[in-house]
Amino acid sequence: MADTIQPADEKGVQDAVAAALSDAMPLEIVGGGTKRTLGHPVSASGILSLSALSGIVSYEPEELVITVRPGTTLEEVEAALADRNQCFAFEPPDWRGLLGSDGRQTVGGVVATNQSGPRRLRAGAARDHVLGARIVTGRAETVKIGGKVVKNVTGYDLCKLIAGSYGTLAVMTEITLKTLPAGEKTRTVLLFGQDHAAAQAAMTEALHSPNDISAAAYVPEAIAGRSGVGYVANSNAAVTAVRVEGPEPSVAARCAALRDLLGRHGDVEELHFHNSRKFWAEAGDVSAFADGSDPVWRLSIPPASAPGTVARIAADIDCDFFADWGGGLVWLKPRGAAEDAGASTVRNAIADTGGHATLIRASEELRRQVPVFQPQPAALGALSARIRDGYDPAHILNPGRMSLQTTLQTTLPTTVRTGEGG
Amino acid sequence: MQMPEPDSAVIARRGDIVAALRRIVPGEGVIAEETALRAYECDGLTAYRQLPLIVVLPETVDQVARVLRYCREHGVKIVPRGAGTSLSGGALPLADGITLGLGKFNRILEIDYPNRCVVAQPGVTNLALTQAVEADGFYYAPDPSSQIACTIGGNVAENSGGVHCLKYGLTTNNLLGLELVTMEGEIIRLGGNHLDSGGYDLMGVVTGSEGLLGVITEVTVRILTKPPSLRALLVGFGSSEEAGACVSAIIAAGIVPGGMEMMDRAAIHAVEDFVHAGYPLDVEALLIVELDGPEAEVDHLVDRVRDIASENGAVSVRASESEEQRLLFWAGRKAAFPAVGRISPDYYCMDGTIPRHRLPDILSRISEASQRYGLGVANVFHAGDGNLHPLILYDANRPGELEKAEEFGAEILTLCVEMGGVLTGEHGVGVEKRDLMGTMFSEIDLKQQQRLKCAFDPALLLNPGKVFPTLHRCAELGRVHIHGGETRFPDLPRF
Repeated sequence: MADTIQPADEKGVQDAVAAALSDAMPLEIVGGGTKRTLGHPVSASGILSLSALSGIVSYEPEELVITVRPGTTLEEVEAALADRNQCFAFEPPDWRGLLGSDGRQTVGGVVATNQSGPRRLRAGAARDHVLGARIVTGRAETVKIGGKVVKNVTGYDLCKLIAGSYGTLAVMTEITLKTLPAGEKTRTVLLFGQDHAAAQAAMTEALHSPNDISAAAYVPEAIAGRSGVGYVANSNAAVTAVRVEGPEPSVAARCAALRDLLGRHGDVEELHFHNSRKFWAEAGDVSAFADGSDPVWRLSIPPASAPGTVARIAADIDCDFFADWGGGLVWLKPRGAAEDAGASTVRNAIADTGGHATLIRASEELRRQVPVFQPQPAALGALSARIRDGYDPAHILNPGRMSLQTTLQTTLPTTVRTGEGG
Repeated sequence: MQMPEPDSAVIARRGDIVAALRRIVPGEGVIAEETALRAYECDGLTAYRQLPLIVVLPETVDQVARVLRYCREHGVKIVPRGAGTSLSGGALPLADGITLGLGKFNRILEIDYPNRCVVAQPGVTNLALTQAVEADGFYYAPDPSSQIACTIGGNVAENSGGVHCLKYGLTTNNLLGLELVTMEGEIIRLGGNHLDSGGYDLMGVVTGSEGLLGVITEVTVRILTKPPSLRALLVGFGSSEEAGACVSAIIAAGIVPGGMEMMDRAAIHAVEDFVHAGYPLDVEALLIVELDGPEAEVDHLVDRVRDIASENGAVSVRASESEEQRLLFWAGRKAAFPAVGRISPDYYCMDGTIPRHRLPDILSRISEASQRYGLGVANVFHAGDGNLHPLILYDANRPGELEKAEEFGAEILTLCVEMGGVLTGEHGVGVEKRDLMGTMFSEIDLKQQQRLKCAFDPALLLNPGKVFPTLHRCAELGRVHIHGGETRFPDLPRF
């Protein structure tokens, strides 16, 4: 087992990274430890835990800005936001059930993996809400990126790069995020009994209507049966769902308009506060595929291409699926165990769409063999590698997490030794 | 403003470079005559002018790739340019550099309603994107004030904003895909018409990179359904403090207006004289609050905002009752820059962002500095997101006055940073704010930003002299500094 170092402050993080750099001893970066199985297995000599780097540094609801340390639990931050009727608009999901992990997820982990829930469709991804950060790069340098205001174009937008980099570029020590008012009311209109293509057409129609949809999903019958929401589980039918949020009169009017619109395709029902919230939490948390260890794929593709893509995959491998983000996010679980977790089938099926497929859940053995992230064309891959070398030239931060290459770089690139030793 | 020393060896090779470019871009796409080059000597920051070495106007992506490959192989600098509307000098030419104009990339390639996106060449104007889809009930949300002229490629390069940013985001939040030609002449695709990228978010960092990382040759934007109802409120206040408090109260009430603009007394008077929008003249601050969305929501929120305004000391509140009236409310704000242009021979537009609650502080500091410099100032302000546009009034024909205006501007931007804000909210750093980057970022911060540049353009040929006050060689930035010999942190646990 690797040893764990748990710095209490930013200086401690910088010292830990500096030591790792000078000893060529790579680190696995861990927050709450709920997502350690995302990506390829990391081969590190030690663990850098950020859980002691915790707490809200400042929260100014009227400025729509919150600054937190990366190890702060999402629970703590969301409670503070809820106290002021605000939220993270990107609706961070909870994948602990999906990944079979416990512990508490941290804001740092959410940002590092760019995890966004159903509202991503309308409100943007986690990375769209990162305004600034302090980071320690693999050069053991502490760097400020971005700012602490909601509108800023000063210098490169490095927040975009750090968000979703899975800790392979830098260790975050402080993060500033944009907050937004939480919708006063939420309601969901359900349409029953559509096949995938008809559901896609219905979602598109709803999204093209002026009803300001904040989430849209399609759940085939087999998956609907697993829902904890009675209206969904007992429907014995596939469910197409669209959500509206906002002030009461607006939500009521839009809900009525959507019932009319979708009612032309089949039976409709509506979910109010608790049921609506539960339904979308299940979608974001991928509850349908929780409690298991079989491979699970996450496809981000053009929404209109989803029915065809899923049909191509299903022709080859038996699978369960459901779609979120207006149809463009497909969660897919092969039923039998293919040798490569279905990678070749899935990636062939999406090849023409330009989208990407990520193997979110798989055994460690599979994650050593199958590219977890969508393989990139050579020029793009080379560019990404050069970017990484700019941040972490010795590959001491989460080495291997985002690539199959896990061999350690034991000799450092053009190093300059300074000082006389000690 | 000091630009990098032109390379006389490159200038001496001008004839060869022109000939080489003409082999890549035939016909009239290579401009070398001084009179024709004159049209490219500046962008929207007209105080700075420089004739480019050559202008090239390619028509195909392949030509762009070959031009960049040629430049890389021959060590020639290159400045990408859209419509040249940048207010920060992002497209300011270099005496020893080629200006690469993308004006001929002016076609919309695909309108894809099922996936709610439009694929366009970079030279398509911002407004043309909306015009292409509005008959079908859609629009492209970011709307910089130059939207008639500015191009989507330039919008991506500058991460342009507009008056609707608080609710709809900047360019970066409305993009799905890019095609980019790198300095190596490689054509790479970032994103597509799906959401989020698989690996590092290169589309995110290219957006707003001010032409320093690559040349954008295709853009895929998200389009939105046009809100069925739009109404605006015109709210007057006796003080900017009250107006600022009203803005905060609106947001605290959970309302995110489509637009929320503020003007100070000087700006109100300048625009009212110009467009007669019916603005109250006896107020110190005027707010325009626009609500958009479903009709039921807009009418409900108009009433709530009206109440909040009254509770916060508004001396006049009017809500638009017709589309004509709404447009009239906006006419003044939209004409603010030309209106100020009428009352002063020249004006200099600043673009800092501050935490909104510091508004009264910065307005009083600006007013104090205005007296000290002897230069007038009118303030317009994207109040929702704290983005301040002070317009400094000066006369370029009076010796020393431009320099004084610039010094005043630098003081304002430095104040923005001191108050917890940033140098630029939407106009970009360019050459204008380049030398102020040190007020916001340390040398280490800036070096790390430049390492990103090195991954894309190790020879520093793309738009040099912009954004960064000091150009570090990439070889120097690439080195890893390790304290040699002994263990540096003896008290740390070892693995």
